[in-house]
Amino acid sequence: MQFMLLFSRQGKLRLQKWYVPLSDKEKKKITRELVQTVLARKPKMCSFLEWRDLKIVYKRYASLYFCCAVEDQDNELITLEIIHRYVELLDKYFGSVCELDIIFNFEKAYFILDEFLLGGEVQETSKKNVLKAIEQADLLQEEAETPRSVLEEIGLT
Amino acid sequence: MALKMVKGSIDRMFDKNLQDLVRGIRNHKEDEAKYISQCIDEIKQELKQDNIAVKANAVCKLTYLQMLGYDISWAAFNIIEVMSASKFTFKRIGYLAASQCFHEGTDVIMLTTNQIRKDLSSPSQYDTGVALTGLACFVTPDLARDLANDIMTLMSHTKPYIRKKAVLIMYKVFLKYPESLRPAFPRLKEKLEDPDPGVQSAAVNVICELARRNPKNYLSLAPLFFKLMTSSTNNWVLIKIIKLFGALTPLEPRLGKKLIEPLTNLIHSTSAMSLLYECVNTVIAVLISLSSGMPNHSASIQLCVQKLRILIEDSDQNLKYLGLLAMSKILKTHPKSVQSHKDLILQCLDDKDESIRLRALDLLYGMVSKKNLMEIVKKLMTHVDKAEGTTYRDELLTKIIDICSQSNYQYITNFEWYISILVELTRLEGTRHGHLIAAQMLDVAIRVKAIRKFAVSQMSALLDSAHLVASNTQRNGICEVLYAAAWICGEFSEHLQEPQLTLEAMLRPKVTTLPGHIQAVYVQNVLKLYAAVLQQRERTGTLQAAQAATQLLVDRLPQFVQSADLEVQERASCILQLVKYIQKLQAKDVPVAEEVSALFAGELNPVAPKAQKKVPVPEGLDLDAWINEPPSDSESEDEAPKAIFHEDEQKPTRPRQPEVDEEELARRREARKQEQANNPFYIKSSPSPQKRYQDAPGVEHIPVVQIDLSVPLKVPGMPASDQYVKLEQERRHRQRLEKDRKRKKQRKEKRREGHHRRHSSLHTESDEDIAPAQQVDIVTEEMPENALPSDEDDKDPNDPYRALDIDLDKPLADSEKLPVQKHRNAESPQSPDKEAVPGAEKKSKKLKKKDTKQHREKERRKGKGKGKGKKKSSKHKKKKHKKEKEEEAKDKRKARRRKAPSEEVAEEPVHNGTLDGEPLPPLSSYCLLAEDTYIKMTYDVQSSLQKDSQVTVSVILENLSRSFLKSMELNVLDSLNTKMARPEGASVHDGVPVPFQLPPGVSNEAQFVFTVQSIAMAQKLKGTLSFIAKNDQGSTHEKLDFKLHFSCSSYLITTPCSSDAFAKLLESGDLSMSSIRVGSITTSFQNLLAKICFHHHFSVVERVDSCASMYSRSVQGHHICLLVKQGENSVSVDGKCSDPTLLSNLLDEMKVTLAQC
Repeated sequence: MQFMLLFSRQGKLRLQKWYVPLSDKEKKKITRELVQTVLARKPKMCSFLEWRDLKIVYKRYASLYFCCAVEDQDNELITLEIIHRYVELLDKYFGSVCELDIIFNFEKAYFILDEFLLGGEVQETSKKNVLKAIEQADLLQEEAETPRSVLEEIGLT
Repeated sequence: MALKMVKGSIDRMFDKNLQDLVRGIRNHKEDEAKYISQCIDEIKQELKQDNIAVKANAVCKLTYLQMLGYDISWAAFNIIEVMSASKFTFKRIGYLAASQCFHEGTDVIMLTTNQIRKDLSSPSQYDTGVALTGLACFVTPDLARDLANDIMTLMSHTKPYIRKKAVLIMYKVFLKYPESLRPAFPRLKEKLEDPDPGVQSAAVNVICELARRNPKNYLSLAPLFFKLMTSSTNNWVLIKIIKLFGALTPLEPRLGKKLIEPLTNLIHSTSAMSLLYECVNTVIAVLISLSSGMPNHSASIQLCVQKLRILIEDSDQNLKYLGLLAMSKILKTHPKSVQSHKDLILQCLDDKDESIRLRALDLLYGMVSKKNLMEIVKKLMTHVDKAEGTTYRDELLTKIIDICSQSNYQYITNFEWYISILVELTRLEGTRHGHLIAAQMLDVAIRVKAIRKFAVSQMSALLDSAHLVASNTQRNGICEVLYAAAWICGEFSEHLQEPQLTLEAMLRPKVTTLPGHIQAVYVQNVLKLYAAVLQQRERTGTLQAAQAATQLLVDRLPQFVQSADLEVQERASCILQLVKYIQKLQAKDVPVAEEVSALFAGELNPVAPKAQKKVPVPEGLDLDAWINEPPSDSESEDEAPKAIFHEDEQKPTRPRQPEVDEEELARRREARKQEQANNPFYIKSSPSPQKRYQDAPGVEHIPVVQIDLSVPLKVPGMPASDQYVKLEQERRHRQRLEKDRKRKKQRKEKRREGHHRRHSSLHTESDEDIAPAQQVDIVTEEMPENALPSDEDDKDPNDPYRALDIDLDKPLADSEKLPVQKHRNAESPQSPDKEAVPGAEKKSKKLKKKDTKQHREKERRKGKGKGKGKKKSSKHKKKKHKKEKEEEAKDKRKARRRKAPSEEVAEEPVHNGTLDGEPLPPLSSYCLLAEDTYIKMTYDVQSSLQKDSQVTVSVILENLSRSFLKSMELNVLDSLNTKMARPEGASVHDGVPVPFQLPPGVSNEAQFVFTVQSIAMAQKLKGTLSFIAKNDQGSTHEKLDFKLHFSCSSYLITTPCSSDAFAKLLESGDLSMSSIRVGSITTSFQNLLAKICFHHHFSVVERVDSCASMYSRSVQGHHICLLVKQGENSVSVDGKCSDPTLLSNLLDEMKVTLAQC
């Protein structure tokens, strides 16, 4: 996989993950182009399109479009599966996820993605394992955070 | 200190966290940019603080802003600071920010090396994990080099969580630092069998990705993957493995055969569509890679097509799309299996999704046949009518034209139908492809002579209703068809029923609103029509009417003279003056029609697309040299004549004509001049109006034809093309009936004659059954007189796969085979004075007893087939038979002697050099080796490309005595350079047994392999043939000494070479040169070339008159180029070769050959 983009129906980018090194300018150009192309497609159309020498696989969940770019020989259906799996993971983690969850906790969305995919390849096919890793990392974070909030309270009082 | 801490905390109270930022941005929809710049200022302040928590918060916000498109590269150093925080919370944010915004150009990235290394070896697996994740995004070559070892260690970490990440990231490391692949690979391979499925799947992922790029290096892993494939149940992993096999099979067909079964099993059993799709794709790839000689896999193809049909029938658009996509892959190799699903594909044209419709269109292109073309096009036409959105409609239009015109209109049986389709297409509004339709009209009208009459009638109707076509705007692309219509009506005006009407239509004032280049064509063709009108009127003697026509022109042409378009203006002025002159003549009652028609006499023929290229550049002409000093850039732009007359983009461009650069144009221009005497007409490449006409006699041949309207042109309420579909169906039906009748008749007659052979009356209507409606005589494209008869230019000489372009269906040539025992039955004893060549012997026999020959040949072949062993399938044998029979026929026809199999290869280039049927003297490459009273030995040396240091010597042994010869053994004294290949275990002094015995009068051929080191010098080896001769008186031990001569020519392999590649070779300059001259040559140049081709294994690259360039290649890859010139009874040969010794030796040999001529 070359990159993954999440954007809203209004064309606002919600998440981007690039697995190929590209300059910021290039990234912006690609993003703009793809968002336009995908949004222009009708709901009844299939989820694949050929774009440059890549294949774009996208799927819409509620108001969010998940869009992946894969190479020519890659399997479109498994890419759809990846998207779906990621949505499931988000759903499990946030508990029926909505666009706002991703906006306000965008770093969490990234963390989940990073546990699921690494360098553009599927890292862990088991949902349970991904969530377990995330939960434990969060736990680690909370442990670290607790003393600080105590400190904060001291500062307050 | 504590106070400071407290103060920092209080400050933080007022800092925004990420949520505040997001909320803020949402609340400032109107002045978002301003708000954000304010936030960035705040963040800058926060980053200056010592508190790491504050910094992390700032970096987190920056990451969000980066996503919105703001540049945060200025904060790279702060990101590194946060990355190196000890707390996981902050580290995580730091790495996330880094992975989002670091790239290879980030200069501070090298500062991270040590920090990352520290994190990688952290006791906390999450620290390590987060570092690995980040690294995957921003790894640079330097980082890869410095950290490769650390990551490799992590591949054996105790925790699978780390192992799998480390394995995956290795792929990125390999990409950045390829040197790491070899040392890391063994460990990576180990991970394929890791107990943890996650790690295993990661390893499969990495190796698959690697193998996809360079499959051949991973062939050795195939068995391991095969095991994994049959044992794994994880679909994610399976898909990767199957994909990997898809990449491997083209390299190893055996693997493909092995895969078919498990893959078909998976196809049958799996419920996961993604896996099914992958399997189908790989099966297709496997079947494509298996050569056609392999056992038939039609069952697998059927299964794939069947499954794809299910996908296409699915309501899910995605599956439909993918099904069509995969179907098109099958179509390329197995069109038959796909064609049966035509109904389904046609259904897909109705789909709501445009991308699906386009896929279906692609498929249709490959599915048409003579039988279904009309039906498919009819269906497409209805879609054209329905289609909303011009892009799709234009796509449909181009596809219709592509489908119909493919392979030289192969599938069109009725051109009247095609013309009416084209006319119908002109009714499309707002299409961009007017020029495409126009080009088709021109092409068909010019090349299908029989259709001209019909085309002209349709085109005149089109001109008459031009206001409809060109009604809206000038931008309307469809008006391009008027260009074609005007030209066709003008050029073929003899077919016009009412030229006067068309003439009037073309002179309407409305015409001046058309684009300039179309008007120009109008003006030019008005004159042609005028000529036709004059002719008609003068013949009927109505001179008044003729004058009226002249007056019409004089009245109407001024409107073109005023045109702003230079081309139109110029032509109109010229023609106007001409017409005025004619008017004067007419006033004196001088008949003018013939002279005016003479202006346009002569036929315009299409020129073959490659005709120009085939004209050889005359000697001494340097096309790259400027004739005049090159003008400056700006000038040349202004001076380009086309830019003045009409814009280039409006010109109808033919798809098969690629853009040509200036140089090419110059070359063509030159070639055209040279060739004008023979053929001045160039309408095909660019229908430019500046045509030249040749004065030619025979104007009176132009007949005024009455169109007989046996076919009504229009049927009310029905588009014309539909009508043709009906007519065509009726015609086919009639044809069929007639055929049936004939067949019945035949059957009856046969029955009457007593033949009881049963005829199958089953009706299979194949393509061949459908005869075209009119005798379609597709005008062949003209070639320049001295074009070179080679098809080499179809291939790119630089294509690296060219050397592999070997016909695999051909039976193995003897030179390719290892020496094996073969049996050759000689039918009759031979007189010793006859040339002991098997070919010659057969020829004489052929002439003597033609009736018995075939029978014997068959027998001989049977024996041969048996000798070859069971490896070959019966199918193969059949093919061979067929081929040999063809050869036989050829031989009979040309009354040439049968070729010995080994000569086949050498024979080809002789054809190449042969321009026409001048009979060649018989050639034989076999020469005498030794002879005594018992035996005669002739031999030939052959090399093959596959083995660069091996040659095969075929020795024909012929028993001349009345004794039975057995225990023959051949031995040679090896030299340092040349050694005979002996059976394993034999010493250099042992001979090689000849694998057969010879009864009296029989001859047979044995082959011996020699290894050669240097091929630059001819070699001579002394040898002995020992044998036991047995007759009534008893047996004697005999010996025959011989000298085996390896000429340098025998190391050459006939290799065709294109003239381009040849020129490049000569230019390269690393070839040394040498030449010879041989006097008193009497044979024709043709024979001479044939001899060089045959005896020295050259092929003719180009031949111009009495000068030819030839090419050959040695087994060791030396290129040898020759230039052979014939003077007055002398021949000079100039050679160039990378090895001077080889060249001079070769030329010496050639001298001997030529001296015999």
